[in-house]
This record gives sequence, C-alpha cells and structure tokens, in this order.
Amino acid sequence: MSTSPAQQGRNPRLLQPTISMGWWLQRGTYFAFMMRELSCVFVAWFVLYLILLVRSVSRGEASYQHFLERSAAADIVLLNVISLAFVVYHTVTFFNAAPQAMVALVGTRVPGALIGASHYAAWVAVSAFVAWVLLGG
Amino acid sequence: MADRITLQVARYRPDAGPEQTFQEYEIPCRKEWSVLDGLNYIKDHVDGTLAYRWSCRMGICGSCGMNVNGEPKLTCGTFLSHCGSGPVRIEPLRNFPIIRDLIVDISDFMRKLVSVKPWVIRAIEKPLSEGEYRQTPQQHDEYKQFSMCINCMICYSACPVYALDPHFIGPAAIALAQRYNLDSRDEGNAERMDVLSQHEGIWDCTFVGECTKVCPKNVDPAGAIQRYKLSAALDTMTSFFMPRGGR
Repeated sequence: MSTSPAQQGRNPRLLQPTISMGWWLQRGTYFAFMMRELSCVFVAWFVLYLILLVRSVSRGEASYQHFLERSAAADIVLLNVISLAFVVYHTVTFFNAAPQAMVALVGTRVPGALIGASHYAAWVAVSAFVAWVLLGG
Repeated sequence: MADRITLQVARYRPDAGPEQTFQEYEIPCRKEWSVLDGLNYIKDHVDGTLAYRWSCRMGICGSCGMNVNGEPKLTCGTFLSHCGSGPVRIEPLRNFPIIRDLIVDISDFMRKLVSVKPWVIRAIEKPLSEGEYRQTPQQHDEYKQFSMCINCMICYSACPVYALDPHFIGPAAIALAQRYNLDSRDEGNAERMDVLSQHEGIWDCTFVGECTKVCPKNVDPAGAIQRYKLSAALDTMTSFFMPRGGR
C-alpha cells in the first residue's frame, strides 16, 4: 500500500491502515463497482468484433462467410453472450449514474429521474431504429 | 428487545502492544440508547481507559464516526435497538492511522481540506459600507446540499480509492470545494481548480459511489466529483477550441 505525505514521516505509535487484495469482495457495492470496471473489457471486445466484421465485409463475400462461420462457433457465441450481459450492465449502471453527474437547466433544474429516463428513452429509440434497419425497413 | 447487549470494541494502546485487539463489554440495552450512549456507559461505569471522540450527540459535530458492524456511521445516530441482539462490533474509521482505541489521526484530512480553500474567495473585497453580498434562494439552493457536510470523514472510511491511494484528496474535501464553487458570492473557482484538476484530485475518483451512500447528512460527494469532472473537461475543451474564450 502506498503512503500519504502524512504517513511518510510516520509516527511509530500510530497503527497504520492496511487494505487486503480482496477488498472488493468485502462489500456488495465494491463488487458491483469492480464488475462495472470489468465490463469495459467486454465493451472493447464488441468494438473489436465490429471492426473485424467491417474488415471481413470489405474483403469480399468469402471473407464475410468465414466471419459468419467463425462467429457461429460455440466459443464465440459464449463470449458474445457474456459480453452482452456485461455491456447491458455497463449501460444500466452508466445511465443510473448520469443524473448524479449531469445538471441540466431548462428554465429550472431538470429532475434527476427525468435525466435518467431520457437516457433509457434514447436507448429504446436507437435500438428500435437499428431493429428497423436490420429487419429490412 | 434484550435487556443487555454485548459490544465488541476495538482496542489499540501503543504502550500495551503493536496490535489491535477486541474487548467485549456487556452493557444494558435501552431502547433510546445510541451506540455512543453504550460507549459512554462503558467509559463511565465499566472501563475508564476506553478512548473515543464525541461531542454534540446530535449528528452535528461529526466527531463520533466509527465503524459499527463493518459500516461507517455516526455512533450518535445509530441505535443499539437497530443492531439486533448483538454483539455489536465497534471499530475506528477505516483508512486512517489509529492513535488509540477508536481515535484516528485526522491530520491528513485536515491538510487536504485546507488545500481546497473551503471559504468564500473574492477577487476584490468590497468595503463593509457597501453592505452584504446578497443571494437569492435559488442561488442558495445551488450549493446548499454540499454545505451540509460536517467533516465526519465517514466518506473517507468508505472510499476504496482513498484506501488504495492516500494521496487522493477525497470525497468531503472535493464536495466542500464544490460547495464554494457553486456559491454565487465566490470567485475562487480557478484557484481551487489548480488543486482539484491534479490526478490526486477529481481524476483519482473512479465513481464507486459509496461515499454518497454512507453520508449521514445526505450530501452527494460522488455527484460533486462527477460534476467537477464534467465542468473541468468542458473548460479544457472550450480553451482548446476557443482559446480566446469564444469572443
């Protein structure tokens, strides 16, 4: 554990604090926080997955078919299912935190619940648009 | 509700040994007693050597913060009757060096608190003859929530970032800086930004949010820090794209 400026010239009579490696397992909220941090890895995976998809499309039909076959493999499906769960968790925790960080003024201050709800509404709208595009308009 | 309850109290007496130990005390359990009342009973009737801080007994002074059954709380606002049948484990606030028993060294926090200049700063003080600095109720509401902080340091005890990086300025000091930044009478935002925009300031916070959850005065330090990050980022963007301030 690092020491603060106050501790560098530490008084030997003081009992210094310590923190264990498993500190994040000691409280549910700490664990939830660490899972939120971990979810960034899966967000990065989806970004990479999208880039690989675009690259395969740009290389022609054979490459795209190979990408689809590889994506249907059990290990990639499992990875994507886990990633989806983490990305949804990331999104929900991000949206729930948004009202704490944002102060919107429209004449008076916009209530936090409305800021949170607007994020979810935008999520639904974008998802509906993507679904409309994918299902052929 | 049982007539008696056991308190397991952390003891640390540097003259007696280098380790923290726990001592059990069985005390009367009265419905109206807080944990602090229980400690006062021990001090007055059982063991006068027990050391802890307290003062107002009404959630104002912020001096009786301790860990009660693992949760950082004001002991004057935590009732024994809400602790089940016991035993109730009482420890000093986490993340601070312990001086003795339940008393922690708060000098690191005091230094950090002063560094953010938690007072009204004016570029030029107007003379008294011009009267007071007036403020509307709406302007007062902007910072009122953050002004409720009583410096009890319970948020520091709950903050894993402060535990991992003791250089972190911490939740209460940043919330109090924000209290003055949002005050319409204050002109010290830039001075505080110099301290808070460092890595050990707002950017060290990873938004665990526990500081807000444990605050006994319903202050929102996590919110203050995120708002500060947002305004700092906007300031940086503005100065980058509009170096002349958009004029």
